[in-house]
Amino acid sequence: MLDQAEGYTTADGRKIGGTVMDMRNITLRFGGVEAIKNISFDIREGEIRAIIGPNGAGKSSMLNVISGFYVPQEGEVWFRGEKRKPLKPFEVARQGIARTFQNIALFEGMSVLDNVMTGRLTEMKSGLLSQAIWRGKAEREEVANREICERVIDFLEIQNIRKTPVSRLPYGLKKRVELARALASEPKLLLLDEPMAGMNVEEKEDMSRFILSVNDEFGTTIALIEHDMGVVMDLSDRVVVMDYGKKIGDGTPDEVRNNQEVIDAYLGVSHD
Amino acid sequence: MPEQFIFGIEVFLNGLMAGVLYALVALGFVLIYKASGIFNYAQGVMALFAAMTLVGIMDGQVPFSHLINAIFGTDVHHFGWHLPGLVGILLTMLVMIALALIVQKVIFKHLVGQEPIILFMATIGLAYFMEGLGDLMWGADIKKLNVGLPQGINIWIDETTYNIFDYGFFIDNLDIVATIIAVILVAVLVAFSQYTKQGRAMRAVADDHQAALSVGVSLNFIWIMVWSVAGFVALVAGVVWGTKSGVQFSLSLIALKALPVLMLGGFTSIPGAIVGGLIIGVGEKLFEFAIGPLIGGATENWFAYVLALIFLVFRPQGLFGEKIIERV
Repeated sequence: MLDQAEGYTTADGRKIGGTVMDMRNITLRFGGVEAIKNISFDIREGEIRAIIGPNGAGKSSMLNVISGFYVPQEGEVWFRGEKRKPLKPFEVARQGIARTFQNIALFEGMSVLDNVMTGRLTEMKSGLLSQAIWRGKAEREEVANREICERVIDFLEIQNIRKTPVSRLPYGLKKRVELARALASEPKLLLLDEPMAGMNVEEKEDMSRFILSVNDEFGTTIALIEHDMGVVMDLSDRVVVMDYGKKIGDGTPDEVRNNQEVIDAYLGVSHD
Repeated sequence: MPEQFIFGIEVFLNGLMAGVLYALVALGFVLIYKASGIFNYAQGVMALFAAMTLVGIMDGQVPFSHLINAIFGTDVHHFGWHLPGLVGILLTMLVMIALALIVQKVIFKHLVGQEPIILFMATIGLAYFMEGLGDLMWGADIKKLNVGLPQGINIWIDETTYNIFDYGFFIDNLDIVATIIAVILVAVLVAFSQYTKQGRAMRAVADDHQAALSVGVSLNFIWIMVWSVAGFVALVAGVVWGTKSGVQFSLSLIALKALPVLMLGGFTSIPGAIVGGLIIGVGEKLFEFAIGPLIGGATENWFAYVLALIFLVFRPQGLFGEKIIERV
């Protein structure tokens, strides 16, 4: 069902496009430890791609490779048809790859709106001087950016806390603000590192709903890491399964679910 | 009106003016601390260095002339030009920006993610290095700095107060100019950090490095910018203090006066630096005036530090600092 050039159609009838991100034979080492061993997979336009696996499987390392926080020793990263040279995280962000963090990295001292506005930093082009006199381009830009941010804020239903300092928000809302900041940059690829970690059932349902509708409304390509198998299977179009730095499965949730290696990795297997 | 009271008002006003000067130095500390979490011990030396460079450039002094003459047996001292103050200030600013670039490239780029104490130690090293560099470049003699700021007693205030109180206040024109400069400087800095893209990026970096990177902010660029701004503030402080009391080594010690100012105002607050500076300035002048004679004088040397100590006991985060809450 997976056509390399054309993409495919999902079970619920969404059209998935060509390859956005192509990871080719990635190997990442920390000293003598191989965190990622020769892994290849792709992410296609408009899909929700999940990376799952038990603790220490190398999922977060993989996300950090995509977002430039780690540079792999071997392998190639292809983004939108071009081979990417090793980039700093801020350069990756400027290419249109936004991310959230497992343990939330927000600007605690700023309000929710200011946090979301930082998501537009890469899109602001006007010089310091024109900002200083606050005319023309700079003003139009500020207004346009503000509009995009307000739309994201509306969309994620956090209007009522726009002016609240982030440090005062509960955990679940912080996660949502982080998602809003990432969305504000109108990313070509959105990386979510355990978006539902530490949430209660209700918060998880909310977050799942938001992830699905982000993908649906904006057509955003999403790659996410998640622990919770149930959630992943419901959300994602295709799943990569990692264990001890190796890829042990890749396919639709159904295919992965019935993969013997995956079952062994999750449930454990006797080695006698 | 009792004479003592009128004297008191004059002392108060002079204290305010002195406070503005303290605040100018404290501002440089706050800026770097807010943006990078580094307590920059070298801020005072930067002010001295800026003032020395300004004098050197304006007088057309050849930098490193002693060194050059000693090595090559030449006898060069002056280029033979005299530049107007404004040109000198602009050129000095370029030097301060170059310095910011070097400081970031050579030192702080390699210390990303280190403990604050290590960064602090690096700035101590930087302070001593710059002190030596300044002497080597421009010589260690005391220099006169005159960029054209007005100096001397303000006749208008003197006459007006004489007509009212029968006693003319002595207010230095330079102090008035310094106050105006400080107000403008603060307004510009606040506008910059609140309303520009670069300012927003700066606040982002100060708050969380990882998050800043993930929204596309280059830490390197922001830090060079912050050190340049700190260099600019140092230059302003250097110009004002240098005009007031000559460009000499003791200029770097005014940085120590900024410490109690910061403890009072809080290390993270621009308004705090201003208010803290004013309180210290007024406090030490009034204390000297009222209590000084009873205990043998010279209270200005220690008053600020004692006040800061008292503050540390009752309000360790300062008047405007962020409250330190440790969740357990």
